[in-house]
Amino acid sequence: MDGDPGLTAAPIPAEAGIGLRHPHVAAFLAGRPAIGWIEVHSENYLMPVGPRGGGPRLKQLEAIRRDYPLSCHGVGLSLGSAEGLDDAHLTRLRALFDRVQPGLVSEHLAWSVTGGVYLNDLLPLPYTDEALGVVCRNVDRAQEAFARQVLVENPSSYIGFAGSTIAEWQFLAEVSRRTGCGILLDVNNIHVSAHNHGFDPEPYLDAIPPEAVGEIHIAGHFVASLDGETVLIDDHGASVDPAVWRLFRSALARLGRRPVLVEWDTNIPALPVLLAEADKAQAILDALCPYPAVGHVA
Amino acid sequence: MRCVRTLRSAMLRDFQRAFRRDLLGDGDGDLAAFTGMAPDQAARRMRIYRNNVQGSLAGVLASAFPVVERLVGKAFFRAAARAFVERHPPTVPQLSVYGADLPGFLAGFPPARTLPYLADVARLEWARIEAYFAGDAAPLDPAGLSSIDPADAAGLTFRLHPAVRLVASPFPVQRIWQANQPDHGTVSKVDLQAGVERVLVFRPAMTVLAHVLSAGDFALVQGIAAGATLGSAAAAAIEAEPGFSLQQALADHFSRAIFTDAA
Repeated sequence: MDGDPGLTAAPIPAEAGIGLRHPHVAAFLAGRPAIGWIEVHSENYLMPVGPRGGGPRLKQLEAIRRDYPLSCHGVGLSLGSAEGLDDAHLTRLRALFDRVQPGLVSEHLAWSVTGGVYLNDLLPLPYTDEALGVVCRNVDRAQEAFARQVLVENPSSYIGFAGSTIAEWQFLAEVSRRTGCGILLDVNNIHVSAHNHGFDPEPYLDAIPPEAVGEIHIAGHFVASLDGETVLIDDHGASVDPAVWRLFRSALARLGRRPVLVEWDTNIPALPVLLAEADKAQAILDALCPYPAVGHVA
Repeated sequence: MRCVRTLRSAMLRDFQRAFRRDLLGDGDGDLAAFTGMAPDQAARRMRIYRNNVQGSLAGVLASAFPVVERLVGKAFFRAAARAFVERHPPTVPQLSVYGADLPGFLAGFPPARTLPYLADVARLEWARIEAYFAGDAAPLDPAGLSSIDPADAAGLTFRLHPAVRLVASPFPVQRIWQANQPDHGTVSKVDLQAGVERVLVFRPAMTVLAHVLSAGDFALVQGIAAGATLGSAAAAAIEAEPGFSLQQALADHFSRAIFTDAA
């Protein structure tokens, strides 16, 4: 796969960015909305047909990429799969990265593939020694296949497991320590899981090694009442909740300035609404962490 | 109260298989025992995952097959999608390729028997999806062929642009597709007895286009796609359509940029 000779990796700045979704692509092609960087779901830009694949969608991304640093956020690698990673998928992702030269590549502490079936959700792992070994092997394999560091994101979840022997925050920190992967800290996911499982989010933040965190995610969620029980659903379908903004400030106080991304994937609003949400994040970054991190390597 | 099973003895792989069975409808609900939650709470929380998986995949299919959805209605489509997802879950973590098996599934789906053209409309929609995601290739410049001795032209083979797809149906599928576009102003009736329709789907630049071909023209492109020489593809075309004009057909196809190479 030949890369565009004009594209070289642009690092993701410690500013606010947005997740670029299809309804906003035309606006990005027509003008240059004021935003520091963008993130896309890697799997939306793979080449399903033919070796040179891609077609219009990838061309559009390449055009936008010339104007913005890009982060590639994966949703289908299934780092928690007991049966290991799919070589063909690793190869497709590598081809995409070679072509669009992302500044960051990330995935999730979750699984979605078993027995050759892709379940299209980020499913929860039991946090056991066995799972820790599986995830570390898979992260090693991915970082080797991509020849670069991967950031691993903490998931949101609705069920936990009686057999879990490790707290999620310790599990994630240990994966990072063993594999050298970075951490994508999703503060909305921490808030959602803290509510659903009844833990305190602040000690979670304390357990995360700051130097490993290369990116922060914030997003909206849905407050559902199911048979009288309040459950937070991580649907990325609304503006960021006040409690998540508070947790975001807490995270910045511990981590310092980091790239922060606003995700909005369902009930996608008009672009100005999304950009206004990113402006809010930017204002908090600028107020709490006016100086760039020094010596940060993740 | 059921006893709480721990995962210490269960391998992660077995747990993931059980989770999958629970999500795709043929689970025994046993997974609840792994969670340590009260059974009713565990069942409620598992339902969130089930709805996410089945709902998101049904949504993926609805965006790939909007005309099929319009023909059968949202409720029918959702139920059909659910049955499809359970029998044909995605095997590749890439949603743009999910749905290739839906036309075949619809062809054998008893509740859809009253719409015999439905599977072919689905095939046309899938051809358009494939064309959209296909690779790029520079079109063949017909001027480059002018140096070829006409006597040798019959021996030429052409390579088709990677986005080219052919769909033939005993029903007027392209007219059905057209009449069900959101911007198709007036509600128009499509005569289902109008007969066979043969459609060429192609993507010269960024937009997928479709054109109804004559019987001869369809046979020509089919032959070329199969690697036949121009001479034998043209012979098949004339057999399918006695008045077929090769010269006109080639001129049209060059203007559609469906060839990328000749040898």
